[in-house]
Amino acid sequence: MQPLLTIQSPETALFWFLAPLAVLAALGMLLVKKAVHSALLLAWVMITLAIFYIAQDALFLGIVQVIVYTGAVMMLFLFILMLVGVDSSDSLTETITGLRPIAITAAVGFGGLLVSLLGHATLGRQAVGLEGANALGNVQGLAELLFSKYVWPFEVVSALLITAALGAMVLAHHQRTNARPTQREQAVNRFRSGSLAGAAGLPGPGVFARHNAVDVPALLPDGTPAPSSISATLKARGDVIDSSQFQLDNVDTTVVEEK
Amino acid sequence: MNINNYLYLSAILFTIGAVGVVVRRNAIVVFMCVELMLNAANLTLVTFSRINGTLDGQVVAFFTMVVAACEVVVGLAIIVTIYRSRRSASIDDASLLKR
Repeated sequence: MQPLLTIQSPETALFWFLAPLAVLAALGMLLVKKAVHSALLLAWVMITLAIFYIAQDALFLGIVQVIVYTGAVMMLFLFILMLVGVDSSDSLTETITGLRPIAITAAVGFGGLLVSLLGHATLGRQAVGLEGANALGNVQGLAELLFSKYVWPFEVVSALLITAALGAMVLAHHQRTNARPTQREQAVNRFRSGSLAGAAGLPGPGVFARHNAVDVPALLPDGTPAPSSISATLKARGDVIDSSQFQLDNVDTTVVEEK
Repeated sequence: MNINNYLYLSAILFTIGAVGVVVRRNAIVVFMCVELMLNAANLTLVTFSRINGTLDGQVVAFFTMVVAACEVVVGLAIIVTIYRSRRSASIDDASLLKR
């Protein structure tokens, strides 16, 4: 007869402290505008889950969760975010009318169904706990199962990993269909494009003698700001300062004498 | 505390992830919501492993993690490929098959 599971009060406190935080972070993931913030909130949810795994006697999975998920997978996500950058898809406006109310209604229904199902379902016996299964250590117990009962899925999964690595390499590989243009051809094309910017280079940002930070567009000879002098990323992020405030007319030039 | 609370938490997280997949438009955020759903399923597996007193659930959760890692690698490679050709990571823009 295996001993029945009793959940100690520290674990209860841990659960009621961390579970609301995890749900809040997951909700925040849906609501925040920037993808980087979503990624950080997801990392928090994953760390919370790792703590829950360790609290539930799944030590190995808890460590693997931290290393594989919060370490490797989220790292990969942030790396791709850096590569792709911010764009209009970060905005929260709904493109399909009525999608959001329908999605929330469906989610409430689905979640309610799941929760009520869990509330009504019974296994017909009490929870056992993992003290018996973990008697020789969690890693040893997992290894024994992995290399006996689950050795075939284990091998299949290794094939899957190799296939995924190959697939990523094939997808990321970019084959050139035409010859790379030489420097001479590039120079000729720049002048043939007809715009002065192509031939002479784009104007640098900043209003000289007044403000020369990268977030202020340069002023053209007629006084209008030159949008091409600012990085597209800054524009998408909304970090561009209006350069008109640095025009001489708008700057307070009165000198106050000190007595 | 009842051990079923872990199952409730995992159901809630799974639902939130599902809403995110439907509602968000940035392909990377959609992908992160899929990850959240996989994580919620893992929590269920670990909890049931504890209820049943065997480690089988944990082994399956381990396999889920491996599959999730593969899925992330291939999925992000697809996102990068789409971004390279259409300069956008929005899932609404990739609608060529519709027309």
